[in-house]
Amino acid sequence: TQRVVSGEGATRPCLLVPSAWRDETSQKMSKQQPAQFINPETPGYVGFANLPNQVHRKSVKKGFEFTLMVVGESGLGKSTLINSLFLTDLYPERVIPGAAEKIERTVQIEASTVEIEERGVKLRLTVVDTPGYGDAINCRDCFKTIISYIDEQFERYLHDESGLNRRHIVDNRVHCCFYFISPFGHGLKPLDVAFMKAIHNKVNIVPVIAKADTLTLKERERLKKRILDEIEEHNIKIYHLPDAESDEDEDFKEQTRLLKASIPFSVVGSNQLIEAKGKKVRGRLYPWGVVEVENPEHNDFLKLRTMLITHMQDLQEVTQDLHYENFRSERLKRGGRKVENEDMNKDQILLEKEAELRRMQEMIARMQAQMQMQMQGGDSDGGALGHHV
Amino acid sequence: MEPLRHSPSPCSSSRPSSPSTPPCEMPGPVGVEAVLEQLKIKAMKMGFEFNIMVVGQSGLGKSTMLNTLFKSKVWKSNLPGLKVPIPQTLQLHSVTHVIEEKGVKLKLTVIDTPGFGDQINNDKCWDPILGYINEQYERYLQEEILITRQRHIPDTRVHCCVYFVPPTGHCLRPLDIEFLQRLCQTVNVVPVIARADSLTMEERETFRRRIQQNLRTHCIEVYPQKCLDEDINDKILNSKLRERIPFAVVGADQQHLVNGRCVLGRKTKWGVIEVENMAHCEFPLLRDLLIRSHLQDLKDITHNVHYENYRIIRLNESHLLPRGPGWVNLAPASPGQLTSHQPFKICREAHKDSEKEF
Repeated sequence: TQRVVSGEGATRPCLLVPSAWRDETSQKMSKQQPAQFINPETPGYVGFANLPNQVHRKSVKKGFEFTLMVVGESGLGKSTLINSLFLTDLYPERVIPGAAEKIERTVQIEASTVEIEERGVKLRLTVVDTPGYGDAINCRDCFKTIISYIDEQFERYLHDESGLNRRHIVDNRVHCCFYFISPFGHGLKPLDVAFMKAIHNKVNIVPVIAKADTLTLKERERLKKRILDEIEEHNIKIYHLPDAESDEDEDFKEQTRLLKASIPFSVVGSNQLIEAKGKKVRGRLYPWGVVEVENPEHNDFLKLRTMLITHMQDLQEVTQDLHYENFRSERLKRGGRKVENEDMNKDQILLEKEAELRRMQEMIARMQAQMQMQMQGGDSDGGALGHHV
Repeated sequence: MEPLRHSPSPCSSSRPSSPSTPPCEMPGPVGVEAVLEQLKIKAMKMGFEFNIMVVGQSGLGKSTMLNTLFKSKVWKSNLPGLKVPIPQTLQLHSVTHVIEEKGVKLKLTVIDTPGFGDQINNDKCWDPILGYINEQYERYLQEEILITRQRHIPDTRVHCCVYFVPPTGHCLRPLDIEFLQRLCQTVNVVPVIARADSLTMEERETFRRRIQQNLRTHCIEVYPQKCLDEDINDKILNSKLRERIPFAVVGADQQHLVNGRCVLGRKTKWGVIEVENMAHCEFPLLRDLLIRSHLQDLKDITHNVHYENYRIIRLNESHLLPRGPGWVNLAPASPGQLTSHQPFKICREAHKDSEKEF
């Protein structure tokens, strides 16, 4: 059988033909008139190398959807950073609640959508804000609302995907979560650890050190290292940038290396234009100097933006392939039962766990029996066993 | 004290002797001013005591601030990022130093409160602090009611509590309000905006106004308390201070070279933040308040107002008022009794008219 293989990094495919036919075909081809679909310059060019362009054109027409969630205590500059990142004002009528209101408030979810267009490419960006997180004296329940929101989006997508009309599924799943860490602490707080552990299997976490202009360079390095150590200590799974492919150019590889080395990013946000060194820059004006937002020596804002933009596709992919699939398999295993109340009777839980254990054991026994049979039967096709349980 | 002697004419020979009054000075017809000198000498001999407590979440620069205030390493400050385990419950650490300046000795006790506000559930995290403060009052009270008591009762009462508010730029958090409400009844509280180098000047002013508004709304009286102003001079001086409270402070214990001068500050890529420069932060105001101008006032208010309030409650509880030189057997206070929120009006004259209180 003929197999068409595209070589490593090659832009056109090479046709592998069995040697017996080679001379015949090449003779035939050189004698033939070039057919209208063959590129006369490169013989054997089929043309599906054009596929990425087609995908590109279709995507551009369709537009991209991206949902970003921001979580962090009040006053860490989340809204300012989001506005700086996307150069828009996502919170035009924002009113900061007073102290009395803060006492009674619980965590809320506020989603704002904005359509950004750049050079014909449309991005439908949804930013999910979580005001009230970390405000209360007792923050034990403050991430329940957030987790149920994330699960709800997954649930909705699952429902749409299993539905009849799948043409216009709106993807509102949270693709990325920026978690804002306070620069004033000595690392992660207990609340940070608890929250990240609760959502690291549901969403891509990108830790960000907020208000980085309050730290000197040494303090920043120390804090970053401390946070990374604590993340490892508590087995928190944050989003890891994929390594650059070996065939990418050096610049891209270097950029990826730099990005990976700077996690967690320490950022400063601002939308005010300040006059500095003769030109207008976005920054913060202090009596002792100007902090420039887009200066890589001052903070990692540019790195964060680069990471987000070059990895938007990857973030969506990981959400789809990892987090969503995890959710889906959990959900389907539960068999359509609604999420149980945590205060369920302990005995009931035990009974259910036992039943599940028995089911698993039966399944394993069946699989083993199957394997035995197949090994005896000499059939090497392991297809039946390869499917995801 | 020596009896006053009326002298017909102010001449040094018949004046009551005062060893340190320079002979060429004429203190007036009576010479009462000489008392000031005597007091000063006595005070210098005895030395001063000052107990200061710092409260705030970890990483807000409390230890660094203390070092900057007293220009010595009174507390080993924790570098950000260094492994410091957050204690599970609030603990109180106290350290005593004796520092000296121009012959004046100051016995400084610093009480730190690591673990405040760091947990997920911070409910009642102020109880250990209130317990400690009341314990010191109790200790003083027990000493005071002894039949033979010491000449100089060791004063471990907290004279001032500096509360560090994180620079969110928005307003006071529920935790801040709960804490301040409870503590302002028991001790002098000076709130400060910590790590103020993360706020621009406009943001600082907005934050300050909002905090002042929050304090008014919740009837929190921080030091200097309005109701304790004695005369018009006090009022003017303290009003100026009250306009600026909470001070936006930055702490630093490292020196850097700026324009040829050696300054205490923080060096960043975009400039050096000078701690003692009023244009950069309000640390000098805090230092002046705590040390240069109001230290004695803090102690006086603690003794005359807060301690007396405590004493009245305790004596009323044990249903016995001290009469004469008898030993008053007070039942030891249980920790829960005095940490409950007791609203009552702080009044300077408390120790004279106890009926006015209730």
